[in-house]
Amino acid sequence: MSDVKFSKEHEWLKMDGDIATIGITKHATEMLGDIVFVELPDLGSNVKKDGNAGVVESTKAASDVYTPVSGEVVENNQAIVDDPGKINNDPENEAWFFKLRIKDKSELETLMNKEEYDKFAKESGN
Amino acid sequence: MEIIKTKLYNLHQKHGAKFVPFAGYQMPIQYSEGIIVEHKYTRSNAGLFDVSHMGQLFIKGDNELTNDLEKIFPLDLKNISLNQSKYSFLMNEEAYIHDDLIITKVKDGYNIILNAACKTQDYKIIKQLLNDKYEMILNSDLSLIAIQGPKAVNILEEIIKGPEKLNFMNGDWFKYLDEKIYITRSGYTGEDGFEISINNDNVEELAENLISKGVKLIGLGARDTLRLEAGLCLYGHDIDLETTPIEANLKWAISKKRLENGGFIGFDKIDSQIKSGTKRLRVGIAPEDRIIAREKTKIYNNDNEIIGEITSGTFGPSIQKPITLGYVQSKYSALDTKVLLEVRSKKYPAKVCKLPFYKKSYVKGAN
Repeated sequence: MSDVKFSKEHEWLKMDGDIATIGITKHATEMLGDIVFVELPDLGSNVKKDGNAGVVESTKAASDVYTPVSGEVVENNQAIVDDPGKINNDPENEAWFFKLRIKDKSELETLMNKEEYDKFAKESGN
Repeated sequence: MEIIKTKLYNLHQKHGAKFVPFAGYQMPIQYSEGIIVEHKYTRSNAGLFDVSHMGQLFIKGDNELTNDLEKIFPLDLKNISLNQSKYSFLMNEEAYIHDDLIITKVKDGYNIILNAACKTQDYKIIKQLLNDKYEMILNSDLSLIAIQGPKAVNILEEIIKGPEKLNFMNGDWFKYLDEKIYITRSGYTGEDGFEISINNDNVEELAENLISKGVKLIGLGARDTLRLEAGLCLYGHDIDLETTPIEANLKWAISKKRLENGGFIGFDKIDSQIKSGTKRLRVGIAPEDRIIAREKTKIYNNDNEIIGEITSGTFGPSIQKPITLGYVQSKYSALDTKVLLEVRSKKYPAKVCKLPFYKKSYVKGAN
């Protein structure tokens, strides 16, 4: 899908009007292993580009989730809080993390497209 | 230092292992299906663990050796039967723990299974304590595998006749491919199972054979979640050279007779800790929320004072809850005591709970 963007912190982002849906990439879930816990940003809170926006924990370790753009949290996905295993099963569709109403679309410009991200993930190896 | 590969390295690789360096060895942390599947498979079926990195120490000797080992280990070795195993620890004079181990009385001496990271040091310490009087072999010609889970007994019996008759924490010699191999009914997962000591040349054959009967390879990741659900200590985390067996709540592993009479290294400290108590104790702690408190997480009381630290913490795939072990000041060690765990700068409610988190299904004969 051409409208999906990716960050160097292994988040994906999909725009619909001024709403961005954000999750973590399949590559990220493969690095993390089985996810057993997720913490999402509070509804109505404002998150800042590259800032902390939640946590995922696998059986092995905890990792911060960052947001690739700034915005107000308008929705968060309780289904993955209740069943974190969904993140491993379908990270780039059903198991989205949160939705943001964004103000500054120029922030999207620094993000990668699918091809660039795949190359980045392969080369960085992390 | 070059990293060591066990004889099952190629087999691990074939099954999609992700490797991590562990105590100088390249060990599989998980295979392609992941830690949760591996964990649950061990609880419901049977898992195969490569524990060849652990030390297999044989000390040759008779009654004199038994006497000398009783000066080192707090066990009633004179009264354990042939082929019986005991969990114990190697301590210093201050009763701090060099290592925890399983010792088995065999026909012409004792077998001791040691942690990989400690085995070389343990060997030196024990050799010195025994004044170099006995033949000691830290055997590198032997591999060690564990098969654990409710179906372990039936599957193993399909391949090797006899181990089903073993009581828990007992071993014996069996035959496989013309080789005499030593099998004990033991393990560290909270499940029934066996540990098999077998020649390096035959281990891959046996492992493949077990896999063909339905056993799955299990990595260090699930080994950790399994042992933690079973409430068992991991050396270097829950016990180390700054903890004593009494602080670690391992008094059960010290023979009653030896507690009365002493005569082993560390006895004075242990005796005084039993009589006057310890400042801190190892406990199980259950967070109320689905929050995972990892090693080094600070434990607080309701007055915001630090009262201890977590030493192991993960999510228990079978009990579907986070689980932790840690040390708290002794006055906070009673069951159901409310504490707070600081995770990512926020404090979460938790309480001291019973161990194990997961109920064991060992066969009879355990003691």
